[in-house]
Amino acid sequence: MSLFNIFNIAGSGMTAQSQRLNVVASNLANADSATGPDGKPYHAKQVVFSTTPIAGQTGQGVKVSAVVEDNSPMKVVYDPKHPMADAQGYVTMPNVNPVDEMVNMISASRSYQNNVDVLNTSKTLLLKTLTIGN
Amino acid sequence: MSSRIDQLFQFQQTALNLRAVRQELIASNIANADTPNYKAKDIDFASALQGALSGNGQKLQVAVTSSQHLAGATGESVMGAPVQYRNPLQPSADGNTVDLDVEHAQFADNALRYEASVTFVSNEAKNVLAALQG
Repeated sequence: MSLFNIFNIAGSGMTAQSQRLNVVASNLANADSATGPDGKPYHAKQVVFSTTPIAGQTGQGVKVSAVVEDNSPMKVVYDPKHPMADAQGYVTMPNVNPVDEMVNMISASRSYQNNVDVLNTSKTLLLKTLTIGN
Repeated sequence: MSSRIDQLFQFQQTALNLRAVRQELIASNIANADTPNYKAKDIDFASALQGALSGNGQKLQVAVTSSQHLAGATGESVMGAPVQYRNPLQPSADGNTVDLDVEHAQFADNALRYEASVTFVSNEAKNVLAALQG
């Protein structure tokens, strides 16, 4: 029944987008983390989306196939007083770009809303279908 | 007599099934709005309905420009109707061809037509009941 598949498709979209929002939150929270458990500065992370078949042939859902580390160069800040500063007084800071992350956040939240709309419409259609003959 | 009633409902039943399948396709498009290289899909409803009613739906064939070309495999199909790819108005750099405005409009349009079909089939059922009960 195709209309029930829409719940799974929109649900997969919501899961994927919320995972993306999770990664954005982690990036923004760690935008200034000069060191982590491994002693290295935090690396920005990005999600990779890919399609995934959902219960049949026509409908395709979406899943997060991987969370990759951002390859952009680390920020180097001159701050000799910083405890993590090297001999020349430079500190390596995370490569998190707050502007990119904010854009990513808005995009993720809009896509999430779109999937919620899709789900609600499908629910309305199914409820309407139940009234056939009444 | 029951076959006559079946015939009466067959048109709207096929239409509802196709609408549900199309709704699922558009839901996939919206869920995959951020998936790289995802191509937006849809069916041509009018020809799909004709194909489904007559029982000989067309398959999407590979374009052949020479008689020596091999026929190749046919494309994806739902209920005998070929699944086609949308022509992107504004293609994006990541190879994704989902235009959310188009998809939203089509989704709302398809939902409304589904509800219309539900109303029609409901009225048909009422008419049959009225004829039976006098």
